[in-house]
Amino acid sequence: MKKIPLTIAVTGLNNSDNPGPGIPVIRSLRESRHLAVRIIGLSYENLEPGVYMDGMVDMVYAIPYPSLGHETLLSRLAYIHEQEQLDLIIPNFDAELFSFIKISDRLTRMGIRTLLPTQEQFDARLKGKLVEFGERFHIDVPKSLTVFNTDELAQALSEFSYPVVVKGKFYEAYVAQTAEQAHGYFHKLATKWGTPIILQQFIKGQEYNITALGDGKGRLMGAVAMRKTYITATGKGWAGVSIDDENLLDMAREVVTQTRWGGGLELELMKEDSSGNVYLIEINPRFPAWVYLATACGQNHPEMLVRLALGQDVDPQQDYEAGKMFVRYSWDMICDLSRFQEIATTGEVAIRPLELA
Amino acid sequence: MKLKKSVAISENGFVFNASRGDSFSTNPTGTQILNWLREGQTDTEMKALLLEKYEIDEATCEKDLYDFIKMLNQQNLIEA
Repeated sequence: MKKIPLTIAVTGLNNSDNPGPGIPVIRSLRESRHLAVRIIGLSYENLEPGVYMDGMVDMVYAIPYPSLGHETLLSRLAYIHEQEQLDLIIPNFDAELFSFIKISDRLTRMGIRTLLPTQEQFDARLKGKLVEFGERFHIDVPKSLTVFNTDELAQALSEFSYPVVVKGKFYEAYVAQTAEQAHGYFHKLATKWGTPIILQQFIKGQEYNITALGDGKGRLMGAVAMRKTYITATGKGWAGVSIDDENLLDMAREVVTQTRWGGGLELELMKEDSSGNVYLIEINPRFPAWVYLATACGQNHPEMLVRLALGQDVDPQQDYEAGKMFVRYSWDMICDLSRFQEIATTGEVAIRPLELA
Repeated sequence: MKLKKSVAISENGFVFNASRGDSFSTNPTGTQILNWLREGQTDTEMKALLLEKYEIDEATCEKDLYDFIKMLNQQNLIEA
């Protein structure tokens, strides 16, 4: 089979102790049977490990933080496109998705394809709107309330039985056993991430995660379920195992079909011990950092995303291998200072320069 | 009473439940009982097989077998 040559830009090269999905996405694309990829890494920080890893990126460009606005991002991408003739961009951070969704039409006009959720889909799954999301799409979610101040918190707590999960706007969650604990967590999270804070009914059960892909037209293209088997002190999965549970995969099918989700997504689910009911806890609007496990289990979601974005006819995949594990590790790469110097001073570095024919 | 289809047992006593991601290890007797359950043997049949194989009195055999099966139930390895 002749592979399609493509130049693909990927963000999320922060393969740190809180890893982004960029490197697992690139690894999946490099293993594709259909694509021959040249990878352009887009980095926010000069020390993102993906910039220094062998065999991952061919070229790296620094890009501006999302806080600088989407016009700044677009002009930087226009420059990169001029140099590299990008075919496609795969953004991998929650915080940057808003900007990429905003400029996706203009990227398409420039000849750069994406497969992203719409602004409406992106907004609908925000943590503070999970109850509305559940009601609208008939999906079980735990009872949740959003609070902005301590008066609202006290009022809201009277509507829950303990324990209650107290969640930050973007990240972090704590389980409170008493009102005093809930107030403590409220202040901690509000100081760090701002308000609102989300209160969620605690579900006693087992947590599972699903990485999935939607074609934007209501089809679930693939889904792989995983259980974390080792969690770090900061709550990150450091090891996990693929599992086979139809009830969990049904939930992924429901979410993607009902929302007509476009692109990668991760579902965080709780299966209640007493009833076996599956509750949707959170939707992350991009591939998770463990997406390479899906590739290893037989479903290469990043490759499928690229082929869908190109408008190819792609068959949905249902089968995958259960009982496959991933275990992360840390490794000190020894790097020449020149690569750091290059990206720090010019904002770009060629790892494997394009060979001209 | 039957072992769930999602449960895989290796020869060295490693047990993996593919629907939950749980894993366990058991001794050769436990592995044997799990395999009997997979084959669809009843409590009475398994008790008879154990009594035939080991020098053990009936009451202890019955208690140990039921304790083990209770544990398998608690770990969601048995069909409801």
